Amino acid sequence: MLINIAWVAMGGFFGAISRFGISNWIKAKYPSTFPFATLFVNLLGSFLLGLIFGANLETTWKLLLGTGFMGAFTTFSTFKLENIQLFKKRKSKAASLYLAISYTCGILLAFLGILIGGL
Amino acid sequence: MNYLLVGIAGIIGALLRYLVGIYFGHWWFHDFPLATFIINMVGSFLLGWFTNLLPRFRLHPHVITALTTGLIGSFTTFSTFSVETVQLISTDKWGTALLYVLLSLWGGLLFSWIGYRAGLKESRGVNEC
Repeated sequence: MLINIAWVAMGGFFGAISRFGISNWIKAKYPSTFPFATLFVNLLGSFLLGLIFGANLETTWKLLLGTGFMGAFTTFSTFKLENIQLFKKRKSKAASLYLAISYTCGILLAFLGILIGGL
Repeated sequence: MNYLLVGIAGIIGALLRYLVGIYFGHWWFHDFPLATFIINMVGSFLLGWFTNLLPRFRLHPHVITALTTGLIGSFTTFSTFSVETVQLISTDKWGTALLYVLLSLWGGLLFSWIGYRAGLKESRGVNEC
């Protein structure tokens, strides 16, 4: 139990830092009102978590890479807040596009990840 | 320093999510992924709320980033949501999958918006004092 907590903690530490680093880098490199950074992180994370599940790794790896790293790397709350902020700026078209791409591509990439991971 | 604080807050967020998941595993035996759903709804509310509330306090910007991006960002998760949806679909639970996606989509927006509004109200109160 205690060792499981340690794996999740370690994954969470690096997952959060990676999300922060990649987001900052994308925001600096490609400044835009459209939240490309969170979109990229969430889609990449969905694919990679699918891969981890498909590969049916041992519990240790699932906790470290899945629950810890990918769980912290991707984010639902920022995604929703960015939608609210887009609606506030009357960019409802961009918000709808952001929602549509996140859900359809997120689920498709997770499916693809599970498929490839199972090979 | 900023990165270290985000990482430490990320540990807390990930552990809280892990523990909530274990707790739900003891009593929730239906197909609907209730643990992730509740985590994402609570987190959406909190992030909306904190975004307007925290800047009113005399907190260091790095602390605000740690609490929002680090803690709440790591507590909620999009990848688990995606994988759980695929798992529901691949076991032919299309109805539950559709319900999960629609509730997450609209519920997340609703909770984020309620939190955002609550933060505005609270911060107005602080200003008046």
